[in-house]
Amino acid sequence: MDLSYGAEYEAFREEVRGFILANWSPAHARDTERVAAFRLQATEAGYLYRSIPRRFGGSEQPADVLRAQVIQEEFSRARAPMEVVGNGVRMLVPTLLECGAEWQKEKFVPPTVRGEVDWAQGYSEPGSGSDLASVRTRGELVGDEWVINGQKIWTSRAHLCRYMFALVRTEPEAPKHQGISYLLLDLDQPGVTIRPLKQVTGQSEFNEVFFDDARTPADWIVGQRGEGWQVSRSTLKHERTGIGNAETYLVQFSKLLGVARSATKNGRPAIEDPVVQDRLAEIEGYLQSHKYSTYRQLSMNLAGKDPGPVTTMNKLVVTNLGHQIAALAQDLIGDDSLLLPVYGRDRKVGNERWMNQFFGSLGVAIAGGTSNIQRNIIGERGYGLPRDNVVPGGKASPDRKGGDGS
Amino acid sequence: MNFDLSEEQTALQDSVGRFFQAELDQTRLLKIFDSDDGHDAQLWKALGDLGVLGLMIDERYGGTGLEMLDAAAVAEVLGYHAAPGPHLGQVLAALAIAQCDDDALKERWLPRLASGESIGTVALAEAGNAWQPNEWTLIKSSTLSGSKRNVLYAQHADIMVVGVAGGQLMLVEHPGESAEISELPGLDGTRRIDHVVFNDTPAVALNGSAGKLRDAACVLLAADAFGGARRCVDMAVDYALTREQFGQVIGAFQALKHQLANVAADIEPARGLYWYAAHAFDAVPEDAERMAALAKAHLAERFLNAAREATQAHGGIAYTWEYPLHVWLKRAVFDRMYLGETSVHRARVAQLSSWAEAS
Ligand SMILES: Cc1cc2nc3c(=O)[nH]c(=O)nc-3n(C[C@H](O)[C@H](O)[C@H](O)COP(=O)(O)OP(=O)(O)OC[C@H]3O[C@@H](n4cnc5c(N)ncnc54)[C@H](O)[C@@H]3O)c2cc1C
Repeated sequence: MDLSYGAEYEAFREEVRGFILANWSPAHARDTERVAAFRLQATEAGYLYRSIPRRFGGSEQPADVLRAQVIQEEFSRARAPMEVVGNGVRMLVPTLLECGAEWQKEKFVPPTVRGEVDWAQGYSEPGSGSDLASVRTRGELVGDEWVINGQKIWTSRAHLCRYMFALVRTEPEAPKHQGISYLLLDLDQPGVTIRPLKQVTGQSEFNEVFFDDARTPADWIVGQRGEGWQVSRSTLKHERTGIGNAETYLVQFSKLLGVARSATKNGRPAIEDPVVQDRLAEIEGYLQSHKYSTYRQLSMNLAGKDPGPVTTMNKLVVTNLGHQIAALAQDLIGDDSLLLPVYGRDRKVGNERWMNQFFGSLGVAIAGGTSNIQRNIIGERGYGLPRDNVVPGGKASPDRKGGDGS
Repeated sequence: MNFDLSEEQTALQDSVGRFFQAELDQTRLLKIFDSDDGHDAQLWKALGDLGVLGLMIDERYGGTGLEMLDAAAVAEVLGYHAAPGPHLGQVLAALAIAQCDDDALKERWLPRLASGESIGTVALAEAGNAWQPNEWTLIKSSTLSGSKRNVLYAQHADIMVVGVAGGQLMLVEHPGESAEISELPGLDGTRRIDHVVFNDTPAVALNGSAGKLRDAACVLLAADAFGGARRCVDMAVDYALTREQFGQVIGAFQALKHQLANVAADIEPARGLYWYAAHAFDAVPEDAERMAALAKAHLAERFLNAAREATQAHGGIAYTWEYPLHVWLKRAVFDRMYLGETSVHRARVAQLSSWAEAS
């Protein structure tokens, strides 16, 4: 057991710190031009987009999880902007790099990593959620264009995105999983109607997206016709294998402590209340477990060892953590939880902002594969339990994966 | 950075695991569980020969000179196999002697503890769930009078480390000759407990920290609990893959699958928690007490939960004495209650975290 980074990494840490000090000030956080310029510099220096080739706007660094960890720590400490957040960088770019044509990488990756365009994930449909391979949105090749008809739903930020990557049924005669293609399309066209849905938070972040003879060029397909399912697996892999981020929840927990210090219970600071302390310590047990579990998984990945079934559990583990934090937060803020929070990070809002964390924790339990789907995955892939007999239309589908949900 | 056991530590776990695989089948385990004194001298000797009893004892005194992380890694294996016998008290007694500065005592006892030739134990609890050093009331004196409860294998003990008022430690040699020891009808047949009444019992002071002894016990219990919890999951999964109802193995039923997935996700990530607590004991003194308390609280809860769920997942067979799952169920109760139940340690975590101070 060695929890130190070693001299090489400490030197690297100094270098990263020096870079941030010389090039970033938190005062620039809201200045989009400066943020973009800083990202370029940081990429140039090899700190961002490390797995993306230089010719596509990345910094093309050798894989090194410890350097990545140091960068993460130093950038978050200095509140310096890291990679652009969104489905484009997180999901589409890795997928294109793995399965895309050369021209697609050239055209789409650089503006995506620069944050000039973002992508909507067009997977879920009204009839296809967990059972994602049942998508019905149709794509027909007419001349040199795909003509698309159908509907997507729960499409996060579609109203703000330029493009979509979508699962579209192009081979209606083929078996379920072999009839889907992975298409890219421009959302800014007459055949596409985007209707924001008002979410549980009162805000509109996700949308319904209707395709009515929407069009996209024939070669805006990633992989071959009918290979969309496999291509999307590579995207989902990038979404899920991200070893559940302990950092997010460590930060949430320290904010929870802040509420516990300022709230009162029986006329005393809530943090001194034995029941509150007991619950905090219970959460701390799960939190520290997850933290060291991620350390262990990182270390083992690095050494080329298999960490075992725990790799299938990360999403469920962080989902549960979020729920526990939300439950205690509500008890601490008391009747402030009767207020509908103002959305966003407006610092003037009060304790009711914790209700956003509460709603967020519920979103985590659904998006990216529901908790039940995660339990299927743990049981089936983690422990080799047999698949359950899902019987769509009266007969078992033999090639159904335990949990398709996007 | 490498947050993983070393190759040597993994090999150590493997070799102890193989030993139990070969030596402690269910029949033998239940036989010891049901025996009068819960101690199998042959098994004990073999453990001594294997080096398991002297892991943390200095090489000078016949031990292996390893650290808590090694001992905890082995404790996980002991928990996985529900190893019966005086092991926990042995390790703790040796630690108490090793940390004092009386070389004669060390020379007299440590080699015998390392080999298993002598048995050591610790007497901590007093009436009213008084397990913590600051709760001990037994008066420190060259002769002890009063009583201790829930003392591991006191009847077998050649030496007994006794916690006294002021959170200090004393040593009673050959307690069987000078104290009155009576067996308690313990629940966990793999770790027997006795009631000890001292009556002008000669004792010598042991300098060294009772807190450190408690931290060690917390870490070892946490590791034991992790191993035990893992065994509960493995047993339930194995059973779910073989038992059939409604024409299919029960593991295909989603309700059961999800129940097992929940338990697994509840415990698997906690492996690193006991590792880090052990590592902190060895190398991060400022974090040691808090992490030991956190690991004990968290893992003891997880183990009992896993044992409950595994029991339910088995159905009627689990409710029998013949099927060994109850051994782990009872071991889970022990791990949770020995040294004080969960809320005690969570309260200590809260106190030690200085959460009340703004960061
Ligand atoms: C905040 C948010 C953002 C999202 N963003 C996007 C996005 O950008 N793009 C996109 O494509 N999708 C997005 N989604 C959709 C999300 O991927 C789906 O909601 C999710 O996969 C579940 O599908 P569903 O809603 O159809 O529920 P269903 O699949 O109908 O599930 C309903 C219930 O049935 C259970 N269930 C279903 N199948 C099984 C099974 N085999 N075993 C056990 N239980 C089962 C589920 O666990 C759930 O409890 C988003 C969702 C949310 C909440």
